[in-house]
Amino acid sequence: MYLGKVIGRVVCSIKDEALESKTLLLVKRLPDGPCVVAIDAVGAGASETVYVCRGREAAFAFAGKEVPTEATIVGIVDEVQKAQ
Amino acid sequence: MIIARVVGTVIATQKQEAHEGKKILLLQPLNLEGQPAGDVVVGLDAVDAGIGDRVLVVQEGFSAMTSVGHTESPIDAAVIGFVDQVELE
Repeated sequence: MYLGKVIGRVVCSIKDEALESKTLLLVKRLPDGPCVVAIDAVGAGASETVYVCRGREAAFAFAGKEVPTEATIVGIVDEVQKAQ
Repeated sequence: MIIARVVGTVIATQKQEAHEGKKILLLQPLNLEGQPAGDVVVGLDAVDAGIGDRVLVVQEGFSAMTSVGHTESPIDAAVIGFVDQVELE
């Protein structure tokens, strides 16, 4: 998993059935990594800091459904506590 | 698996159910010299690690899920041990 910032939203009118009613967000890896399209599983919104699960495990965020995703937003970050 | 340093903890109120009650750690991968190398990753804690600890991190889904006791959940990295010492030939 990694930290990212939501920088946009992607709209697809024609898509896999399993993606219906799912929100596709553009997430930039922090601090200055690449940008990926991720499915939102927690109700994240614009400019929020989130953490993203990637790979096959990303689909487990949608219990019982086979959702074709390789990146899913699994948490909204309130705060990061770093070493002094 | 990789060796990493715990450099922070993440507080998240809204998150996946499987992550509830688990510490979420920021992990800086280290190279063989013990210096930071590569991008920071987020992993769940399975051994009660804290900031400053040098730890063993698994970055494969099934192993990560099993270590925190939640199979079939969205977890792709977990801290599964403390590194006391690394011996190089």
